[in-house]
Amino acid sequence: LEFILTTRQEQVKLLDRFSTSNKSLTGTLYLTATHLLFIDSSQRETWILHHHIAAVEKLPLTTSGCPLVIQCKNFRIVHFVVPRERDCHDIYNSLLQLSRTAKYEELYAFSYNPKQNESEQVKGWQLIDLAEEYKRMGVPNSNWQLSDANRDYKICETYPKELYVPRTASKPIIVGSSKFRSKGRFPVLSYYHKNKEAAICRCSQPLSGFSARCLEDEHMLQAISKANPSNRYMYVMDTRPKLNAMANRAAGKGYENEDNYSNIRFQFVGIENIHVMRSSLQKLLEVSGTKGLSVNDFLSGLENSGWLRHIKAVLDAAVFLVKAIAVESASVLVHCSDGWDRTSQVCSLGALLLDSYYRTIRGFMVLIEKDWISFGHKFSDRCCQLDGDPKEISPVFTQFLESVWNLTEQFPQAFEYNEAFLLQIHEHVHSCQFGNFLGNCQKEREELKLKEKTYSLWPFLLDEQKRYQNPLYNPDFSPELTLLEPNTVSFNFKFWRNMYHQFDRSMHPRQSVFNLIMNMSEQNKQLEQDIKELEVPIIATAVFIVLF
Amino acid sequence: MEFAELIKTPRADNVVLHRPFYLAVEGTLCLTGHHLIFSSRRQDNAEELWLLHSNIDSIEKRFVGSLGTIIIKCKDLRIIQLDIPGMEECLNIASSIEALSTLDSVTLMYPFFYRPMFEIIEDGWRSFLPDQEFELLSSVTDEWRLSCINKEFSVCPSYPPVVIVPKSIDDEALRKVAMFRHGSRFPVLSYYHKKNGMVMMRSSQPLTGTNGRRCKEDEKLINATLRPGKRGYIIDTRSLNVAQQARAKGGGFEQEAHYPQWRRIHKCIERCESLIKLVEACNDQSHNMDRWLSKLEASNWLTHIKEILTAACLAAQCIDREGASVLVHGTEGTDSTLQVTSLAQIILDPRCRTIRGFESLVVREWLQAGHPFQQRCAQSAYSNSKQKWEAPVFLLFLDCVWQILRQFPCSFEFNEQFLIMLFEHAYASQFGTFLGNNENERSKLKLLQKTMSLWSWVNRSEELCKFQNPLFEANSLVIWPSVAPQSLQLWEGVFLRWNRPSKFLDEAHEEMISIIKYNKELQAKVNALRRQLAEMETDDRMQENL
Repeated sequence: LEFILTTRQEQVKLLDRFSTSNKSLTGTLYLTATHLLFIDSSQRETWILHHHIAAVEKLPLTTSGCPLVIQCKNFRIVHFVVPRERDCHDIYNSLLQLSRTAKYEELYAFSYNPKQNESEQVKGWQLIDLAEEYKRMGVPNSNWQLSDANRDYKICETYPKELYVPRTASKPIIVGSSKFRSKGRFPVLSYYHKNKEAAICRCSQPLSGFSARCLEDEHMLQAISKANPSNRYMYVMDTRPKLNAMANRAAGKGYENEDNYSNIRFQFVGIENIHVMRSSLQKLLEVSGTKGLSVNDFLSGLENSGWLRHIKAVLDAAVFLVKAIAVESASVLVHCSDGWDRTSQVCSLGALLLDSYYRTIRGFMVLIEKDWISFGHKFSDRCCQLDGDPKEISPVFTQFLESVWNLTEQFPQAFEYNEAFLLQIHEHVHSCQFGNFLGNCQKEREELKLKEKTYSLWPFLLDEQKRYQNPLYNPDFSPELTLLEPNTVSFNFKFWRNMYHQFDRSMHPRQSVFNLIMNMSEQNKQLEQDIKELEVPIIATAVFIVLF
Repeated sequence: MEFAELIKTPRADNVVLHRPFYLAVEGTLCLTGHHLIFSSRRQDNAEELWLLHSNIDSIEKRFVGSLGTIIIKCKDLRIIQLDIPGMEECLNIASSIEALSTLDSVTLMYPFFYRPMFEIIEDGWRSFLPDQEFELLSSVTDEWRLSCINKEFSVCPSYPPVVIVPKSIDDEALRKVAMFRHGSRFPVLSYYHKKNGMVMMRSSQPLTGTNGRRCKEDEKLINATLRPGKRGYIIDTRSLNVAQQARAKGGGFEQEAHYPQWRRIHKCIERCESLIKLVEACNDQSHNMDRWLSKLEASNWLTHIKEILTAACLAAQCIDREGASVLVHGTEGTDSTLQVTSLAQIILDPRCRTIRGFESLVVREWLQAGHPFQQRCAQSAYSNSKQKWEAPVFLLFLDCVWQILRQFPCSFEFNEQFLIMLFEHAYASQFGTFLGNNENERSKLKLLQKTMSLWSWVNRSEELCKFQNPLFEANSLVIWPSVAPQSLQLWEGVFLRWNRPSKFLDEAHEEMISIIKYNKELQAKVNALRRQLAEMETDDRMQENL
């Protein structure tokens, strides 16, 4: 609170960033400990969480006042004009301080109090149980077992404690393999396909350099191959562009040499790294934020940003993985450099295409908990939860959500959840309001005692799941374990307007078919109920008449 | 019959038909005077394909040994392939198709031979007569009159026999104005905005030439539409530069000095060949993302859409927001002018968003207004030899309507299929509606007597139900579409229609419709039950009272 130099500022103007006429709303701006609040003259409120603020910019003074532009991580951009420059400067400085957090304990999640009692809080955290999830997949079984090798995060700090590995992978093999893998992230099970007995495994790059070998690692891969009785060879997918992987060899890292591993088929799939993705999004936002944009500038900007190319690359990689499993019954080992960005994207999208469970609301939560949170996607760094290295920021998870959105567009009946669900998750990945996405790995989360000090997002989403249900969802659309086969021809990928312009109302259709159908579908349930209730007295009377 | 000479091989067996996303089928190919008919001989699932020769945009032939292959590219953008055994048969069939799809005489076209297999309830040729339109107008204002000055098409060959003009301007003056406008297209009423009495007129460019000719009657005519002390807007669909250059060829634009009450705005709508590029881009599945986006950009299609919508919004804004009258013209007043005037009406007038209202709009603002359909729609995206008069002006208009429909999905009585159907019939049809370039030509062709109107077919309930939008709820407001590039989309229903399987999207659409239907059923049932219950209660009370 000591950062707040001014708590209330009257006569502030809020400009519409796309309107050609310079219309604005006048109102009062408040700064609280957690939010910025703007109330306009017709009492409409705009709330902005300080954690959502990505950048604040003070523009040169104009005749109407001092403009202040706030860019948010949920792609909201607000443009205020504060009458006096000094006041603007105070707000600017306050926001700079408020939007930067040095310690986890200062994040909103630690002060957020949703009026749940302790047992509700505990239950909330138990809602998603990954052991249950592996059981659902059919693990452990005769080929796969739970390993306690990482019990105290000794072998790999960024992995969870519970890891599933082939039964034939002994502890020395695990330890040996982990020493040969970047950050100790050795190959473990991510998804098991019951029917095909094939597995998606994940890891980080091998420390192979130009010629190094590791027998344990070779054994580890062999164990994964052998754990699949239906196919003797396995795929190793390096999700990086070949050039990047080769460059890594000079640093003692690299990729698997097919000659050293028996029965592997090695494949690069060419997804770019976090830095490329960050600058791609930056370019995309620059284009989409341009006022009075022409169609050709938009399209060439879209092309130059490379954003849709990257989304396509991610989805193409997932399609490749899924084909190996569904068509060839082969297990696949996926890695990139550290195995927490591209690997998470490809493994989770692959599982989503293979298993309809992940296309349900609860299943999607499980998927995110498993492939993103538990396997150590660095949410804190990637979403810049704490003031840190800007080079660590990258929209990797946003790309995952966008890939899923593209699938929902192609298969409107295959998903239980709707776009609002994806947007809400995106919102909370950045909001730091719930504990789920805080920190970079499970170890860190345990140390922060998040389960005691913060709340889990999932029960809240389940409580309001009506808002996230897809009215067109057909559970029979794809029976369990039938494959979704997306078409990845370029023209299928569209700019996700509802994500990048979520708050720019003037750009959206004025009437939403989707909301209408959603309400109608909800209303239908109510009407069915009404009919039942109305029929009671009528039937009773009818019975009465018949009897007497 | 002349067609027989063109058909050397009327029938070929063991022909294999290839279509994207379908399994190849073997069957028999027959050629008739107007159709290419393919029918599979499979007993279980006989398939038939009927293709109008006039729908064929181009054909290519290839030979591998004695197996010939014909690739047929249609005006509705579909591409099919026929494998025909026998070199001679294949060559014969190809040359017949070529000849039959490029008949130069209109009277040989299918509409002159088509006999409807349905009962005609309403003759579409009489569904939208100018008198009816004028009756509607005269119920709200008496400032306008119907002029029969063009009865014999003697004043303006591309105008209909009757037009609506200001009451205060007599036919003699009109004749003078006609001399002053390109192609004699003098300003006529296009739309009357009931809300505030403002009007939209359309014309062609004035023939000012380099020495700044003026025409007092022309000035008087358009000034007659202004309220005292009010200004009007002239929307010129050309850039200022193009308009200035037009003076050298005798054309030009309204000089401020002579039209002091009018403000001229240039909103450039270029006419250039982008359909071919767009369709090329959409048809190539191998494009990587960068190539696809740059091809989409290079086609300029969406740029055109944005230009047209922007100009239409401007016209609508002048009328509705500024309370000013508007005159729209480009060069000839038969293309971009009509795009703007008709789209402005869709924005402003809820009636134009109904099925009948939209049909009436197409009749008034396109057919009667003299959009040269026959020239513009002679070929579509696949022709090798593009003539300069061919242009997808009407398709662009339909695309713009689709963009607005997408943004206001509940405000239109018709659905996307309706627009696609109009696109198809504008390019190839069994009906006479889109034949000819103007009313003059249509009357010479005696289309009324010799052909069937599209509207006779469409406006029967069996057909109408396919084109109704289940979400429609009459919206009496003006609807302002967003023209930001982020809000515009490629019209997939037309351009990707044959390029991707649409099963999942179609099924989802059906599910949506069934939810809406179910909702209506449930509501009806609840109402019925409530009524029944209320009746029972009154019965009870009556019995108690007894």
